[in-house]
Amino acid sequence: MNLSVSLPGLSLKNPVMPASGCFGFGMEYSKFYDLEQLGAIIIKAATEEMRYGNATPRVAETTVGMLNAIGLQNPGVLNIIEKEVPPLAAYNTPIIANVAGSTIEEYELVAEKLGNTEQIAALELNISCPNVKEGGVQFGTDPDLAYEVTKRVKAQSSVPVYVKLSPNVTDIVTIAKAVAAAGADGLSMINTLTGMQINLQSRRPILANQVGGLSGPTIKPIAIRMIYQVREALDIPIIGMGGITCAEDVLEFLLAGANAVAVGTANFTNPFICPEIITALPDTLAKYGFNSLQDAIGKGHAHETTNLSRA
Amino acid sequence: MIRKDMLSIKKLETIAKDTFLIVLASNISVDDVAPGQFIHIRIGQGNAHLLRRPISIADVDQANQLLTIIFKSVGEGTTQLSKQKVGDQVDALLPCGTAYPIAGLTMHSALLIGGGIGVPPLYYLAKQLVAKGIKVTAILGFQNKEHVFYEQEFQALGDVYIATNDGSYGYQGFVTDVYQQVQPDFDCYFSCGPTAMLKSVTSTLEDKQGYISLEERMGCGVGACFACVVPSHDGGYRKICQQGPVFPAKEVALS
Ligand SMILES: Cc1cc2nc3c(=O)[nH]c(=O)nc-3n(C[C@H](O)[C@H](O)[C@H](O)COP(=O)(O)OP(=O)(O)OC[C@H]3O[C@@H](n4cnc5c(N)ncnc54)[C@H](O)[C@@H]3O)c2cc1C
Ligand SMILES: Cc1cc2nc3c(=O)[nH]c(=O)nc-3n(C[C@H](O)[C@H](O)[C@H](O)COP(=O)(O)O)c2cc1C
Ligand code: FES
Repeated sequence: MNLSVSLPGLSLKNPVMPASGCFGFGMEYSKFYDLEQLGAIIIKAATEEMRYGNATPRVAETTVGMLNAIGLQNPGVLNIIEKEVPPLAAYNTPIIANVAGSTIEEYELVAEKLGNTEQIAALELNISCPNVKEGGVQFGTDPDLAYEVTKRVKAQSSVPVYVKLSPNVTDIVTIAKAVAAAGADGLSMINTLTGMQINLQSRRPILANQVGGLSGPTIKPIAIRMIYQVREALDIPIIGMGGITCAEDVLEFLLAGANAVAVGTANFTNPFICPEIITALPDTLAKYGFNSLQDAIGKGHAHETTNLSRA
Repeated sequence: MIRKDMLSIKKLETIAKDTFLIVLASNISVDDVAPGQFIHIRIGQGNAHLLRRPISIADVDQANQLLTIIFKSVGEGTTQLSKQKVGDQVDALLPCGTAYPIAGLTMHSALLIGGGIGVPPLYYLAKQLVAKGIKVTAILGFQNKEHVFYEQEFQALGDVYIATNDGSYGYQGFVTDVYQQVQPDFDCYFSCGPTAMLKSVTSTLEDKQGYISLEERMGCGVGACFACVVPSHDGGYRKICQQGPVFPAKEVALS
């Protein structure tokens, strides 16, 4: 079955890619399987300088989910370009670089550097990290700031820009419209939701940062709802994510309106999850009456023609 | 090379209060597993537990492709693991992390200092050191008498001193108190246990060559998520799951 999908800057052999922050810079997982099986790879966030991130503990397990407060730890954009990207670029799999920052100027600089790196196919503009004191999420929760940073980054970037939206907003459609108006080539959604877990014995939050980002299957219905709402309002490519653990989940995201999907937390539970989902996808699509991947995109919407036969 | 393996439980026994020993059989060679490394265990199936649990390798039987782990039930995952049955399968990533660098070290005698659930990895280390003709002295600390395990096993390999917090068994006090009293001779030390213990061990033995093994909450366990970092004295950081859990004592900054 044809699993390929074409998006701005990305010609994907299949729609499945590991999500940013859950796959490092890729090479760790090359020990488990051939990375060429993947549709694309989204690498860990880059900032201008090396960042140490938050104090530990940085992760906690929750009911059918997890919290993280890594705090955008990364070796800095130049180290990433020099040391992390080249080994990954040996694979015939598009690389999407995740761009972060505390100021619009930092976003611009990081986007300019990564966008001009030959091996980078597209940027994912992270205006939604809940784990840093400044920057990150405030750009993703205020439509005017979201517009501004998207526009400025678009002007610096020589490759397509997918803006990664934060679910920590009342109205996701307003933000999506703002970044689309600013020239975003696509959206990536959703990032984590803010949460907290308290240890009963110590009576203190488990994470050193207290608050962290909730991910995993527990957030999937929120991701589905938000993608559905945005797809109703806009005709813009969407990379969907949030709690995907199997091919059925992928289909649900496609029905909601995602054009491709990313898998995050599930890589920790099962390092083989991405290739396993890719292998299972044709049968799953066929089982629910689709002849290709493209066929399923957006079919969860009432105004889309459905393929349901009563035979 | 790191891999995902379905290990089958050959033996499961309680060896001290809340402390369990499991022998796991692999279908493939475990000759590459070295002392200090850990296995990253999935708890149950489905989505109930998304994060794997890191547990040190306490012993390896290369001929029979067996791995031993020793752990305390402290929460949901370890409790569930302790209730498995012989014959059950355990989904594990292994071998994770870097080992104690014993191949590259020249020494005549080694001091092993372990605290609680930090004791298990030191057992396979002790066996490997003794096999190389190195004299081993172990100082092992436990909460109290009920928690003491593996005293005889270590005794078969060298001198052993046990400390308990309440003095209900062996010396009373911390492992560093025992060290001050015994003052054993050694060229290099190896330590694993709670961070507070490691801090006091590294400061007591500041002028000695030594290696410590650190613990931290983990996400991926393979170096991809930056959950498990520790600051290093060169101004950078190390990932405990990948560049550790074993580090030269002077390389990392304990908080
Ligand atoms: C490299 C390494 C080696 C270890 N070796 C051993 C060993 O040989 N024997 C042993 O008994 N224990 C060992 N531990 C500690 C062991 O991983 C924890 O006790 C265990 O993860 C607790 O899981 P739980 O589900 O029972 O607890 P819960 O509190 O229910 O766990 C919730 C989450 O917190 C994590 N977590 C809780 N406590 C710890 C901890 N102390 N360290 C790391 N993660 C923690 C769990 O993995 C899980 O993700 C080791 C830890 C590390 C990092
Ligand atoms: C440990 C961890 C680190 C993450 N780091 C980043 C990051 O650096 N940049 C980013 O845009 N998203 C980051 N995310 C968010 C994920 O990319 C993804 O949007 C989110 O986890 C939802 O997907 P999931 O439920 O499949 O994990 C991180 C998530 C986790 C769990
Ligand atoms: S646990 Fe993911 S980097 Fe160590």
